[in-house]
Amino acid sequence: MTVSETTMNQPVQAVPMLSVRGLQKIYKVPGGEVEAVRDLTFDLAEGELVCLVGPSGSGKTTLLKCISGLMEQTSGTVELNGSKVTGPPKSMAVVFQEYGRSLFPWMTVRANVELPLKNQKVPKNERAALVDAALKSVGLDHVPKSYPWQLSGGMQQRVAIARAVAYRPQVLLMDEPFAAVDAQTRADLEDLIRTIWKQLGVTILFVTHDIDESVYLGERVIVLSSSPTVVQEDLKIDLPAERDQLNTRALPRFMELRSHVYAEIQRAKLGPVTEQITAQRRASLK
Amino acid sequence: MSPLKRVTYFVGLPILLIVLWYALSFGSTNFFVPKPIELAQTLWTTWIGDRFFDDVLPSLGRLAVGLFFAIALGIVLGLLIGSTRWLRNLLEPLLEFFRAIPPPVLVPLLMLLIGVNDSMKVAVIISGAIWPVLLNTVEGVRAVDSVLNDSCRSYGIAGFARIRYFVLPAVTPQIMAGVRQSLSIGLILMVISEMFASSSGLGFTIVQFQRNFAIPEMWSGIVVLGLIGLGLAIIFQFVERRVLHWYHGLKEITHDS
Repeated sequence: MTVSETTMNQPVQAVPMLSVRGLQKIYKVPGGEVEAVRDLTFDLAEGELVCLVGPSGSGKTTLLKCISGLMEQTSGTVELNGSKVTGPPKSMAVVFQEYGRSLFPWMTVRANVELPLKNQKVPKNERAALVDAALKSVGLDHVPKSYPWQLSGGMQQRVAIARAVAYRPQVLLMDEPFAAVDAQTRADLEDLIRTIWKQLGVTILFVTHDIDESVYLGERVIVLSSSPTVVQEDLKIDLPAERDQLNTRALPRFMELRSHVYAEIQRAKLGPVTEQITAQRRASLK
Repeated sequence: MSPLKRVTYFVGLPILLIVLWYALSFGSTNFFVPKPIELAQTLWTTWIGDRFFDDVLPSLGRLAVGLFFAIALGIVLGLLIGSTRWLRNLLEPLLEFFRAIPPPVLVPLLMLLIGVNDSMKVAVIISGAIWPVLLNTVEGVRAVDSVLNDSCRSYGIAGFARIRYFVLPAVTPQIMAGVRQSLSIGLILMVISEMFASSSGLGFTIVQFQRNFAIPEMWSGIVVLGLIGLGLAIIFQFVERRVLHWYHGLKEITHDS
């Protein structure tokens, strides 16, 4: 298989925007412990769009909760722009998979997007401008007075994205945000993410179980093993920057990359990968 | 439903029952059986006038004050207990214990502690009407949605803002369910608190009529209580529709799909 070198071989930047080092999470459950994440190490440079893909049950959500400071890891560190993450950092926003449960049903679309800014004491005029711009960027400037539950699933997720955009985070974490919307809406939302990423220059970590989605969206794809999770592969996606659903997905290179990721995921499902096998695999790719 | 249809539904059964009552009590000579027309007349002559100001209004005032404090305290304490795990674990058995005590038995005790006055009557109302609101609020706070909670945390919405924008609205459906129960408990306790060592109020007057064999007047007092209950229910529905319009909308949508 002809896959280009992994980013492991590229020079790492001085201070990465997001740095995950030796992250481990062990859940204490009645009758023992469950190791959800074993040892994860990777970096995100400023302005990168990286997709994390792994088989279901590979601790993706656990990982994201640790990175976002919503959950404490057992060992290892997460650093945002050089400072350690111990609780939810101010310059980070999270978009959850359950759009229906992440927006406040008692607030209008506009109030939902505005709330984090209000909480940050952003002056009223500036707030209004940011909310307007955010709603416009997700194509929802026509429904500010609606309630989230009056909208379709895809539109609700757009509201959640608008809320994150208006917040102007340095890092945007997305936890399988499109897993619960239909395929057509999903394609639209994928393009929306690429557009927003280019417009804002924000660093995005996008978690998904969808292989095509990870290759289509990411500049880099990090493949996770099954639980207990380690990084199985860190793959650079050398597709053109301008992507569209029809042409990009038809590129031979897209097919190659997706097949490669697919094979990796299949391998991940077979069981925990030892460092040795990973090393052999990497050597054979060079 | 059209407004006309709604009104018909609202008054239909009561009118039917009154007609039935009229027919069944027609020609009855039993002193203890009330008749619709006489009762309406007694209602008017007994309660419109001085008694309205001397008995009905003070009773309503105590009920309003009692309910206000019961609901406000219930919500504030409920939010506090519900959001502090150790406090919740510490207080829960105690709360269940106090809740199980029927408030009427507290009347003699409160009379000794507070004296025979309005404060005592208000305290009786609070002591009974606070529980549904308090316990529902505690339960509601415990069960707030975990994803919404994570959303709040990731956007740094904490402290007072978290209560105001997240917890309080999220718990409002449970609070309102508690308030609905508190209203009827409050009305019952308003009457009971006036039956002991009192010299005015609805409860006192009804017992007085009963003891003096003023049976039609006694019946009319009971009708007044019913009307107050109805009024409370109407006010409650009006407020609930406004406060929880999002909740009803959300439920309708989830049931449709």
